[in-house]
Amino acid sequence: MAARVAGDAVKHIRNDLFEKIQQLSGAQVDFFSIPSLVSRMTSDTYNVHQMIGMMQRMGVRAPIIIIGGILITATLDPVLTLILAGTLPLLGMVVYIVTKKGIPLYSAGQEATDRMVRTVRENISGIRVIKALSKTDYEKDRFAENNKAVVARELKAGITMAVIKPAMNLLLNLGLTLVVIVGAYRVNDGVSETGKIVAFLSYFTMILNAVLGITKVFTILSKAGASSKRISEVLNEEEDLKIEEITNSDEKSNIDYHIVFDNVSFTYNKREKSGVKLDDDLASIINISFVLKKGEALGIIGSTGAGKTTLVNLLMRYYDVEKGAIFINGRNIKTYPLQELRSRFGVVFQNDSIFADTVKENIDLSRGLSIEQIEDGAKDAQAYDFIMQLGFGDGEDTGYEYPIATKGLNLSGGQKQRLLISRALAGNPEILILDDSSSALDYRTDSNLRKAMRDHFKETTKIVIAQRISSIMNMDHILVLDEGQLIGYGNHEELLQTCEIYEEIYQSQMGDES
Amino acid sequence: MQQPSSNNKLPKGVLEKPKDTKSVILRLSKYLFYNKWLLLLAVLLAITSNLLALVGPMLSGYAIDAIEPGVGAVNFKTVFYYTGWMIVFYLLSSVLTYNLSVLMMHISQKVSKRLREDLFIKLVELPIGYFDTHQSGDLISRFSYDIDVIGNSLSTDVVQICSSIITVIGAFIMMVIISPILVMVTLVTIPLSILYTKYMTSKVRPLFRKRSEKLGRMNSFVEEMVTAQKTIKAYARENTVMDKFRIINDEAIEAYYNADYYSSIVGPTVNFINNLSLSLVTVFGALLYLFGKMTLGNISSFVLYSRKFSGPINEAANIVSELQSAAAAAERVFRILDETAEKADIPDATDLTEVEGNVEIKEVSFGYSKDKIIIQKLNLMAKAGGLIAIVGPTGAGKTTIINLLMRFYDVLDGIITVDGHNINELTRKSLRKAYAMVLQDTWVFHGTIYENIAYGKENATMEEVIEAAKAARIHSYIMRLPEGYHTVLNEEGVNISKGQKQLLTIARAMLMEAKMLILDEATSNVDTRTEIQIQKAMRNLMHGKTCFVIAHRLSTIRNADLILVVDNGNIVEQGNHKDLIKKQGFYYRLYESQFE
Repeated sequence: MAARVAGDAVKHIRNDLFEKIQQLSGAQVDFFSIPSLVSRMTSDTYNVHQMIGMMQRMGVRAPIIIIGGILITATLDPVLTLILAGTLPLLGMVVYIVTKKGIPLYSAGQEATDRMVRTVRENISGIRVIKALSKTDYEKDRFAENNKAVVARELKAGITMAVIKPAMNLLLNLGLTLVVIVGAYRVNDGVSETGKIVAFLSYFTMILNAVLGITKVFTILSKAGASSKRISEVLNEEEDLKIEEITNSDEKSNIDYHIVFDNVSFTYNKREKSGVKLDDDLASIINISFVLKKGEALGIIGSTGAGKTTLVNLLMRYYDVEKGAIFINGRNIKTYPLQELRSRFGVVFQNDSIFADTVKENIDLSRGLSIEQIEDGAKDAQAYDFIMQLGFGDGEDTGYEYPIATKGLNLSGGQKQRLLISRALAGNPEILILDDSSSALDYRTDSNLRKAMRDHFKETTKIVIAQRISSIMNMDHILVLDEGQLIGYGNHEELLQTCEIYEEIYQSQMGDES
Repeated sequence: MQQPSSNNKLPKGVLEKPKDTKSVILRLSKYLFYNKWLLLLAVLLAITSNLLALVGPMLSGYAIDAIEPGVGAVNFKTVFYYTGWMIVFYLLSSVLTYNLSVLMMHISQKVSKRLREDLFIKLVELPIGYFDTHQSGDLISRFSYDIDVIGNSLSTDVVQICSSIITVIGAFIMMVIISPILVMVTLVTIPLSILYTKYMTSKVRPLFRKRSEKLGRMNSFVEEMVTAQKTIKAYARENTVMDKFRIINDEAIEAYYNADYYSSIVGPTVNFINNLSLSLVTVFGALLYLFGKMTLGNISSFVLYSRKFSGPINEAANIVSELQSAAAAAERVFRILDETAEKADIPDATDLTEVEGNVEIKEVSFGYSKDKIIIQKLNLMAKAGGLIAIVGPTGAGKTTIINLLMRFYDVLDGIITVDGHNINELTRKSLRKAYAMVLQDTWVFHGTIYENIAYGKENATMEEVIEAAKAARIHSYIMRLPEGYHTVLNEEGVNISKGQKQLLTIARAMLMEAKMLILDEATSNVDTRTEIQIQKAMRNLMHGKTCFVIAHRLSTIRNADLILVVDNGNIVEQGNHKDLIKKQGFYYRLYESQFE
């Protein structure tokens, strides 16, 4: 019964939290960071579950035993019960003092652990370099030092917390001894009987066991306390991206254009207290304006940190613009319900997600696309051929039913990108966005893809962000970004004449410098 | 880095089978036995402290006997005598218990430390392939979370098991001493509670296994979906994902509940059985008292002992569940320890010294798995100072050749020589030191800029480091930083730009003075000015070295002495730029497609 209640409570907390996380704006996700959101969802809710379960098991039963025991002993001998009741606040004090000392020590231990984990992470990401330079022994020493620090800190915290149990034991047993002594006087004075004292001691021991059981709850309580704080931090986030009413001024923008960026500026706000590290590529943009007609193709190029991805983040409303406005079909994007707005897009982000599911579901994403639509998407994305070869030889699920491993580990880089592009193309989106998503494709596949986009997606407005100039040089418009500013806009030929940086990039990639 | 085993059905992690709990615990206890003297001390302490605690009820019994004469006849001298001893014993017992916990803490930390160390040593000795197929997050959590779980369990559970056993046995003995007849009475119920506990734990165990399984499933779903939240929003799939999550969450909660429910019944039921026996004891005790066979104090002690006796049995279910989670964690740690490390050098391997840089690949065949050969009888000659370009689509296996040159993987057939030495007969260390390496995926670590540049050369002086930085054209940037070469780089190097990171790794390679160079040209274009700096620095670096370049730039490709064209893991063409263009084959089409 108790466990059922605990489960229900945690179930709801988890569902709410998961739903909330899905509603967070890009800025809010940055603030918490994805790994932290994951750990709040997993280990923190688990801690709370454990606590509630434990509280109900121990926390309900033990107080019942304690209170019941005290009541019964009170009927036996009220004076002796005073001794028993007197020890309980003392126990509380012990727990309070020790935990208060212990918690900062635990945090210090956590810091040491973080440093240790950092070394491990560095070693995993740099394993090639470390092996190439034969620095394995050096790294072992470095780790040993970190490891030593962790052990030292944890010992300190542990030794402090270890006081609780023996101290409580001692207090209770001293109380018990006191009961015998006081009992002796009372029996001598004729106000009590030996039998009552015998019974009293028996109850006292029962209570003692119950109290000791609770000490375990205390350690879990302090852990779960921190966890529930982390959970409610997320749940208390206010809705960031509000849907606005349509007003006349929203309609003023020219209906002739499919997408309009009107003097858009934006900076990623670093919220206080955050240890958020911004990705290299997250950059502000300043006063960006451009227009696209339906079916046109826009290429965006610029150095890392120029603000290319920011444009996509704003267009799809992961973040709200700071100044200016963005219009789709003549309507300010802030007036569209979020799902309605986003369902217009087919998009591949940088490092986009591949799910541990079948090829088909990775393209479809439960949108209910027909098999023809999925196949068309795969063909246009140049993925059809490799998909058809997947799993043959293993004799199990093949082709579209082939199971993709977590994060697409059983696909090559180029295959992953083509699968993602299939997802974006299938279902014939109104707007297609490819953010640096063909970098792993060879030039030939890349050019076939561009051809398919030209021929089969005439009605789709296309936005392609690329590092390679060859990927975008045939687009209708090319936008050159540098440090958040638009420094060139036009087609390839125009830009070669007017934009010095564009010309430099072109030379460095295509030119013969030697 | 691309996936070598591109057609593995699932990554290894998914296929891992659970081992049996017993062997895991056995192996874990080996770690405990590394500290056998401390452990022995701990066990002794546990025995003594619990025995001391067991004396308590006996003494209180004597004290009660002294009270028994009743009004005005209480023998206070005896009462104080025994209560005095009670205080002494309880004090001693508490002090010992504290020392015992501290000792156990030391032992468990020693075990954790050793486990972590073993794990790390294994980690850096694993072959590169392991990292290509396993997720770093999962590896990291074994260092932090899993070892933590093991440590916690060792520090509390071992003591608890020890003291439980001693308490149960001790209490039983005391009971026998006080009154064998009453023990007979309790014996009626003891087998009942033991059998019941045993039955329940066997029933609960699979439930706990299911619980961790479901929880693990939920955790990985959350990880996958939260990481993918941007994509999910882009395709407006929030509701579908939420529905899936609800189901998985329900299952996890249900599994948790089932395990919890059955294990929570154990305590109260055993308690009930014990209370039953207690009332029997009271009835019989009263009879014995009436017949003068037992004193009131004896009965009191007996009752207290039987309470002590049943306490640990109550806790058994909790301990079992904790042990089981520790065993599961240990299993994950041991699984990595059981991975095969990189093969050791052959016994009489020689050091590669005074390298000139002539590399030859003779009839080499290779595949990441034996039944899927991706390089067939490759022949290639790189003269000292030459430039070999490797081109082809990413994921086509360009890094494979690099993996073979540096012996991250061994060839299946044929040989690779450096200056005429078969690389399989050289020490890995000296072979790898002969190469400098600049990868696209730049790696800097938490440390000063000086440490980062000097990483490849032991005892590099500041002058040497500065010289390398100058050659890599990053010196003036470093000097502009507030602490110059002593500036500490953040984790993942976030406080410097990608381009500068690239220059740092070039400086690092520069300092190594290796005769051979492996270069993975950056595709990501950093800002144009830095880009030009990088290219100039690269050219400095390449000077006078045998270079293997994964090429993306036309200028590099055209100047190469030899171009290897790789597709689908196979080398499909080789030759210089002119020849390959003339051939109008794969390379030609690849090259032309850039201008379409």
